[in-house]
Amino acid sequence: MENTTGRFGIFGGQYVPETVMNALTELEREFNAAIKDENFIKEYRYYLKEYSGRPTPLYFASNLTEKLGGAKVYLKREDLNHTGAHKINNVLGQVLLARRMGKKRVTAETGAGQHGVATATVAAMFGLECEIFMGREDIRRQALNVFRMRLLGAKVHSVDSGTGTLKDAVNEAIRDWVARVEDTFYVIGSAVGPHPYPTMVREFQKVIGEEAKAQILEKEGRLPDYVIACVGGGSNAIGIFHPFYHDKEVNLVGVEAGGFGLESTKHAAKMARGSIGVLHGMKTLVLQDEEGHIMPVHSISAGLDYPAVGPEHAYYKEIGRAQYVAVTDDEAKDAFIKLSRMEGIIPALESAHAVAYAIKLAPQLSKDKVVIVNLSGRGDKDVEIVTNLPEVML
Amino acid sequence: MNNRIDMTFERLKKEGKKALIAYITAGDPDIETTAELIFKMIEAGADAVEIGVPYSDPLADGPVIQRASARALRNGTKIKDIMKMVEMIRKNSQIPILYLVYYNSVFIYGVERFMKEAYSAGVDGIIIPDLPLEERGEVFELTKKYGLHLIPLVAPTSHGRIKKIVENAGGFVYCVSSTGVTGERERIETDIKSYLEEVSKYTGLPKAVGFGISSPEMARNIKDYCEGIIIGSAIVSIIEKASTKEEMFEKIDNFIRSIKKVL
Ligand SMILES: Cc1ncc(COP(=O)(O)O)c(C=O)c1O
Repeated sequence: MENTTGRFGIFGGQYVPETVMNALTELEREFNAAIKDENFIKEYRYYLKEYSGRPTPLYFASNLTEKLGGAKVYLKREDLNHTGAHKINNVLGQVLLARRMGKKRVTAETGAGQHGVATATVAAMFGLECEIFMGREDIRRQALNVFRMRLLGAKVHSVDSGTGTLKDAVNEAIRDWVARVEDTFYVIGSAVGPHPYPTMVREFQKVIGEEAKAQILEKEGRLPDYVIACVGGGSNAIGIFHPFYHDKEVNLVGVEAGGFGLESTKHAAKMARGSIGVLHGMKTLVLQDEEGHIMPVHSISAGLDYPAVGPEHAYYKEIGRAQYVAVTDDEAKDAFIKLSRMEGIIPALESAHAVAYAIKLAPQLSKDKVVIVNLSGRGDKDVEIVTNLPEVML
Repeated sequence: MNNRIDMTFERLKKEGKKALIAYITAGDPDIETTAELIFKMIEAGADAVEIGVPYSDPLADGPVIQRASARALRNGTKIKDIMKMVEMIRKNSQIPILYLVYYNSVFIYGVERFMKEAYSAGVDGIIIPDLPLEERGEVFELTKKYGLHLIPLVAPTSHGRIKKIVENAGGFVYCVSSTGVTGERERIETDIKSYLEEVSKYTGLPKAVGFGISSPEMARNIKDYCEGIIIGSAIVSIIEKASTKEEMFEKIDNFIRSIKKVL
């Protein structure tokens, strides 16, 4: 699915103030030139390898597989990236682009803090000024990442508006960009926002799927039956899905935050419960009320606590190329513990949603089936949130 | 063509005066007070009113109007209440009325339904701050169908885009004073003169400058280069800070008069 118009079916577009329109056009032009430029790609790949440690392994989770008694479960270990999540793939791409464009200041929104940490990290390496916007509530629940960003030299702004979570951080980051568009590169952290961001973020994340495809072919001699990834804005999911787009036999499953359950009002399940609307510059599926006001959402994981989804996912859903399911807070916590205990891998709570769905799915499949779970990040940042679980209490 | 916006700019031109377009968020502090405030502003000399339709995520607004929006929504302000208020004002005044509304509000309400009801209520123009040229096609046609002006916005960063933005547009051109969101500014760094001269190259429509204008001095410095001044956050800020209704009305009256005097 090539995208030159900024639309994925009816989804996408550029619903932003006039002030940044020329900047978006310039960004699109620079991005298109960069990804065709061998030197740029070489540099990007260099940093992916030498700085972030790619390729990440595709690990066969033998204990989990045995316990579940069905399909073979592989984990794409994005948690082993430098800074602990897939976010850095995209940040390296965008910050290299920012440098190419001569920008000295980079900004980012962050929910779980992983994107903020990745941006602060890469900005530190390249000597760029870095400012991060983070919701008040997320600053509280992801304190470890706030310390990391400050340690790396970034300025962290607390965003108090709305529910003080990811959506509000994006609003504030866009407002800042509108004010400082001439000297600032806004590094969006997910496959969301106005065109060309969703396409650009996907292009910088598709390395996940490209690697996973080659790795599974090497290990199993065939493509997987399922690829599962959690969906906040959708960057780790689109990164692993996109290279399998044309392989129709591969089922793509996005897992969104079911919070307290879809029958409650406390969830972030825009695929299951959203409707078409406009947020953060894109037309997509959004959780909104009857007058189009964005609804407060909830997830135990800050990175999935977002009321909209990248336009390419809305399109995948519409054409039936991917399927989207929801997993509750409790199921995610349970998967968090299970993966830690069985495989010695503590997943991010976001990624635990994908694991939770694999735990439900694998036993229903026969042993010759193959499932890949995108383990988008590691869970150090979340340990505090689960300290009241009986398994963790001293 | 007898859209009230056009007629007002024509009249002011003959009088050698500039327009004062006063912004207020509907439903802040409540819809009845908004209506009263609008009458006060008309009495004090405002030439047009821009009514902000409160939205949950006002991306183009600074903290002052964000808070006003939040207050209005907490009161349960709905689009139908705003339409009713406009209808009531229209029975008593021929002042041009514009809506400042975010695209999702219009989209979810139904673009055609919104324009039709706005027109019936007595609205003359629509401003959608997050609907650039590239996305405005359908909305542009439907505003025209109902005799409304979709007010085009240009910014100091619009180089190379102005011609297309103003093409076929009516009413006036909303010239955003500087980069950034709405909100009072101590000064405006943009070279207003050359910026507005560039806009004039492409259109004979009146130009109104907004974003950050908060004092008679600022209005005086800008007015020679344009046909109108838009004031928002400075008005909303008075409403926010007033401790009694009387104080609010008096301060609004004084403020509008102080600006109108220099135009
Ligand atoms: C580890 C991890 N996984 C997933 C996400 C969700 O984002 P996305 O849907 O863009 O992959 C986040 C976001 O913060 C994250 O930190």
